[in-house]
Amino acid sequence: MIKNISNLGDAALYCDFGTEVNKQINSKVIRYFNAIREKNIKGINNLTPSYNKLIISYDLEVTNFKEIKDKIESLSESEAPNMNNKNLEIPVCCDLTFSLDMERLEKKLNLKRTEILENFFNKEFFCYMTGFIAGMPFLGDLDEKMRAQRLETPRVKVPKGSVGMTEQFANIYTFESPGGWNIIGNTPLEVFDSSKEKEPNLINPGDTVRFKQISLEEYKNYNG
Amino acid sequence: MVDNFFKVLRPGINTTFQDKGRDNLYHIGIPFSGAMDNRNYLLANKLVGNKLDTPVIEFAYQGPLLKFYGNKINIVITGDVIFKLIQKGKEIDGNCYESYQLGNEDEINILSTNKSVYGYLAISGNLDLKLQWGSCSINTKANIGSNEGKKLEEEQKIKISKINENINKKKINYLNSKIENIRIIRGTNFDYFSDEGKKIFLEKEFTVSKLSDRMGMRLEGPKIENIINTNIKSEGLLKGVIQVPADGNPIIMLSDHGTIGGYPKIAVVASVDYDRLVQISSGSKIKFKEIELSDAETLFKLYQMETQNLLSQI
Repeated sequence: MIKNISNLGDAALYCDFGTEVNKQINSKVIRYFNAIREKNIKGINNLTPSYNKLIISYDLEVTNFKEIKDKIESLSESEAPNMNNKNLEIPVCCDLTFSLDMERLEKKLNLKRTEILENFFNKEFFCYMTGFIAGMPFLGDLDEKMRAQRLETPRVKVPKGSVGMTEQFANIYTFESPGGWNIIGNTPLEVFDSSKEKEPNLINPGDTVRFKQISLEEYKNYNG
Repeated sequence: MVDNFFKVLRPGINTTFQDKGRDNLYHIGIPFSGAMDNRNYLLANKLVGNKLDTPVIEFAYQGPLLKFYGNKINIVITGDVIFKLIQKGKEIDGNCYESYQLGNEDEINILSTNKSVYGYLAISGNLDLKLQWGSCSINTKANIGSNEGKKLEEEQKIKISKINENINKKKINYLNSKIENIRIIRGTNFDYFSDEGKKIFLEKEFTVSKLSDRMGMRLEGPKIENIINTNIKSEGLLKGVIQVPADGNPIIMLSDHGTIGGYPKIAVVASVDYDRLVQISSGSKIKFKEIELSDAETLFKLYQMETQNLLSQI
């Protein structure tokens, strides 16, 4: 059962799973997301899972709020399949040319560069959601001492492949975009590939991710 | 066989290929995109005898100058658009919602939209486009869609894969109605704002900023005060969602919006008003009016019937 459903405008359901951000709540969101996808309910044209919300968009030419709400409300959690998730390793180079905000982080967190990197590369991350820009994964959770706010003034252009940190999350910029996260390195890996229409995302919600530090030399040779 | 194509002599400000857009991709960060003004998109296709979901050329403010090479082709322009045709070297003023036949080396010069933003150019036939997720729609911010996800550039060719011949001249009398109030439904964070802030949002006028594009419409005006939190935990966005960031100026999400955002949602534009909302040009005033969900559903049905009725007249 999804208890808390309201409307977001006239063409979407807003399913609220709480206000906290944790794996347990998010896993529930992802299970419902998978279950609803599999049902292929007529009229539903998009699903957006996030930390603790699931937004279900529908085509107002075909259906309406009440019809979709009735179908979603009756869905039990046991109908939601278990997740089939991957464990991924993402290479990251933290050479000075890539770690654009390392100095800022050292100051803000009151930690040395080596401490920040050690903590970051020893962590196993969980993918809560992807989006904002195509394929961008939101990965958590960073330790308390690693949590910094966004830049006061966001960058107009964050380079493609940049790996950033903000609050309890890490992310990867799948292509050049404006953004305000603290950039610590860059991955040579294609995290989003629009030519693979079936599976453009390397990292999907529910996957676990470890980052592996590579040298500038390895970075340059990575794609042959 | 003759190669039929347009040559882009001037690309215009933001000229792209668009169709109905792509669905079921929000969860990986890809929005619908598609023609901003759906009614004018459908009318364009119908007026040249196409299937309604055929790709067209969308332009904003200043449109392209195109030269046609090939046998003959029917074209139409919809929206509120000022354009000229150069047929056999002779220049004539074009009328929207009226199809014209172009011959070899004729030109279409789309000068500008009139007190509106988007216009559409459809041809009787099919453009030769590579689709992504079943849609040509170009999202220039994510480089997704035909033309490598980029807007049209000077000197490029727009290839035509198929021309439907024997299409009669078609015409309809239609005037794009201007809208005074954009109808909205209360958003999920409506109560994040002070009573005064809510009042300002529902009663005052806002100005559409120059920083508006296919991603979003930024508004300027009296600040809307937030009394709870200027951020929420990031969650899904939809076209028509109105977010208010810390600076108190509302932003309306449009067809190429980012799929996730962390600003409070004060309201959502009713689907019935979306086509007309996107046509409000920068510098113009905008005012909101709150309606209930059931009214929004009924109004949308009526709008849809009206669109069907227009299409059936062609």
